[in-house]
Amino acid sequence: MTNTYRYLPDTEQDRKEMLDFLNLSSTEELFKVIPEELRLKDGLNIPAADPEPVLMKKMQKLASRNINADQYPIFLGAGIYDHYIPSVVKHVISRQEFYTAYTPYQPEISQGELQAIFEFQTMVCELTGMDVANSSMYDGPTSLAEAASLAVASKRRKKVLVSKAVHPEARAILDTVARGQEYGVEEVDLATDITDLEKLKKQIDKDTAAVIVQYPNFFGSIEDLAEIRKIADEHGAMMIVSSNPLALAVLQAPGKLGADIVVGDMQPLGIPMAFGGPSCGYFATTKKLMRKMPGRIVGETVDENGKRGFVLTLQAREQHIRREKATSNICSNQALNALASAVCMSALGKHGIRKMALQNIEKADYAAKALQNKGFAVLNTAPFFNEFVVELSRPVKEVNERLLKEGIIGGYDLGRDYGLENHMLVAVTEQRTKEEIDRFVEALEVAVNG
Amino acid sequence: MAEYNKLIFEIGRPGRVAYSLPESDVDSVDLEEKLPKHLIRDEEVNLPEVSELELMRHYVALSKKNFGVEDGFYPLGSCTMKYNPKINEDVASLPGFTRIHPYQPEETVQGALELIYNLQEELAVIGGMDAVTLQPAAGAQGEWTGLMIVKQYFEERGEDKRTKVLVPDSAHGTNPASAAVAGFDVVTVPSNDQGLVDLEELKKAVGDDTAAFMLTNPNTLGLFEKEIKEIAEVVHEAGGLLYYDGANANAILGKTTPGLMGFDIVHFNLHKTFSTPHGGGGPGAGPVGVKEFLIPYLPVPRVEKDGDKFVLNSDHPSSIGRVKGFYGNFLILVRAYTYIRTMGTEGLNEVSDAAVLHANYLRKKLEPYFESPYDNCMHEFVLSGSRQKKLGVRTVDMAKRLLDHGFHPPTVYFPLIVDECMMIEPTDTESKETLDAFAEAMIQIAKEVEENPEVVLEAPHNTIVGRLDEVQAARKPIVRYQKPENE
Repeated sequence: MTNTYRYLPDTEQDRKEMLDFLNLSSTEELFKVIPEELRLKDGLNIPAADPEPVLMKKMQKLASRNINADQYPIFLGAGIYDHYIPSVVKHVISRQEFYTAYTPYQPEISQGELQAIFEFQTMVCELTGMDVANSSMYDGPTSLAEAASLAVASKRRKKVLVSKAVHPEARAILDTVARGQEYGVEEVDLATDITDLEKLKKQIDKDTAAVIVQYPNFFGSIEDLAEIRKIADEHGAMMIVSSNPLALAVLQAPGKLGADIVVGDMQPLGIPMAFGGPSCGYFATTKKLMRKMPGRIVGETVDENGKRGFVLTLQAREQHIRREKATSNICSNQALNALASAVCMSALGKHGIRKMALQNIEKADYAAKALQNKGFAVLNTAPFFNEFVVELSRPVKEVNERLLKEGIIGGYDLGRDYGLENHMLVAVTEQRTKEEIDRFVEALEVAVNG
Repeated sequence: MAEYNKLIFEIGRPGRVAYSLPESDVDSVDLEEKLPKHLIRDEEVNLPEVSELELMRHYVALSKKNFGVEDGFYPLGSCTMKYNPKINEDVASLPGFTRIHPYQPEETVQGALELIYNLQEELAVIGGMDAVTLQPAAGAQGEWTGLMIVKQYFEERGEDKRTKVLVPDSAHGTNPASAAVAGFDVVTVPSNDQGLVDLEELKKAVGDDTAAFMLTNPNTLGLFEKEIKEIAEVVHEAGGLLYYDGANANAILGKTTPGLMGFDIVHFNLHKTFSTPHGGGGPGAGPVGVKEFLIPYLPVPRVEKDGDKFVLNSDHPSSIGRVKGFYGNFLILVRAYTYIRTMGTEGLNEVSDAAVLHANYLRKKLEPYFESPYDNCMHEFVLSGSRQKKLGVRTVDMAKRLLDHGFHPPTVYFPLIVDECMMIEPTDTESKETLDAFAEAMIQIAKEVEENPEVVLEAPHNTIVGRLDEVQAARKPIVRYQKPENE
């Protein structure tokens, strides 16, 4: 008999030989240990298997039921962005040595992965201006929550303050995490598009473990970290900064502005939008907090002949050692996506990353001005990176439906999380051409007035 | 060829690039005008400066220092290192999946939502559950999600004193860690001498403070907890919930379901049972399934069907909230769905047949040469290196010697309750010839331990680096590259 399943190598003969060796007559006997009443009588009730070409067609059809950013220019951001990904990225991460490997527990045969992650950690340190970085986290939002938990545990204080200009999903996840670990989360109101520092001053106290802000924030605006640092210092609180790593190519490194922990999402550097995942969180901190950092860390060492090599290190921090005493349960990382962003950063290099970041500022600036010229109000009071808030005279949902008819994917509806009805968060990356921006501005004008 | 031993920061030259961006077609912006001076970056980002070919050579050289599933046998216990099918990768790189934004209008992402919905439905069937969330990014995050559901459930019922989560002493380290970060106290339940949950000890441990019992079945020793019905009764009678860690689900596909066994909550590891690649540590995915009475607590947003449209619904007031950005690791979900569609009912059933047959075959082959603490197994088994330890050779040494044979070693020193443990999971996708070759290597190593232990103690001999000094790495951590001062 010929096999039906191309991933399963056992022929009838193989099976017979193995069963004979076990003195068994059928594989069924191997499952006798499962009590009869717990056995599935009729198998799993799921659709039948599809042969490869049939399945490929079905999946292509499913994929084609989505409108993708190759078809329509996209002005959505809000945490996930359409950026240039150099071709090399896909080729490197498609090597089976990288993508099929396990976590590098056996360093002698995992030096490639370990070194790539060591390089990734270095690049994250470079961008953030921090001493150390881990090998990555699930994504930016979960990384932010881990940072808050670390601050609470390290400061032995019972609450964190988080700016409302931090991504709503990150705050939602922080709420869930804080409920588990039983610490308080208080939100700090906005002064239009940035954190209200006067309110922050009133809310911060001796119980505050950390102040959490985003840089650039959810509205694209650039918070003044130096001012926030001063306020945190008066109460001995940490400053946690969530940062778009691409923006850090032109913005002062949070480490230089006194951040204790810098977290964020590597998606803008080498990771496709992919409906929001998988992405890759990063986590960087000071030497002082290194031994409390969650997640895996790669360190340099030598082998018995003195040759440079890399290992997973500082494992005493981790869940498999600490078990119920653990302060984080993270066991894996997003190694392949960390690799993708390391390759992307290597390809961009020190000049490319700056050029790309600058183009984001320029294109967003151009779009904002073009909209203002048409009479739209742009709400940002602070300088912004590649996103800004524009006020419309109609619900964003309606406007986006009209834009869609014009073949444009419009911006984010701020009515959704902020109660800012008729306010759209517009993202303009280096991918958008002047022609696309002009078309967007015109279509927006028609959509609002028409 | 000389061995490559450079960091990417140690190659290239100032001025080289490996990217191509169009020149800006809009006006330039003067940063000094736009931003206050102290918020403008004052130092270059020290990223590499390499050409595209240099970049590719660097990473290809690194890849050659890494061992993947296509390099050879990878019998890591409880990790299910099966083959990662190519069509999964092809499907996951379709622009219709990679180039979509999570906040696009629902009508423009119906294909993605349908895929998520279908996968939820099929995993519910496979788990014997009533609903599934695909949001958790990994097994550990699935565990924590499940336990937050437990917490919320009891809080809503006013049973606040249920503060304890029970785990067997054979449990994976994430179980107690996840319980701790969900705010529970952890109680360890000892195993009996057959490697199974000690029912009497469990009875003593449960009470009106029990929130949940977390169990892997088959457990981490590869043994099926045949008293699972009684275990479920004990836990449920005490008012607690039963949590299924799906790390070992490769053994039970189509044979039974966690639901049938009496579990209330399940997590699966798509990167184990459902063939998505491990990626050198991730991304994976850890969907969570629940029985009907726990559905209100699932994370939001949930993907639901409204007529013939698929929608995202966050209107579930009892939900534990969000656990992960957006909708989970979507491209991993795409791969797992492709796999399930490739295998279908019959295929998944054969997966477990093969996984369990292979483990039993290999166990019996090795049993004469190593201490074998238990006399049966499902899809994986444990051996103890205690016999070899008496001769001065430890499990770690034998693991390193396996590297010389071109095999990835098994999981070692876990579970903690087996001395010098080796935990071996051959998976469904390995051929009999591979199993035979691995057995031969293991047997040869066992002989070496008796006749020529130095060769094992000094292993590995053929790898690009020898054993690395982990003590120095931890004592004087170097976790990033620093440019030499004189440059």
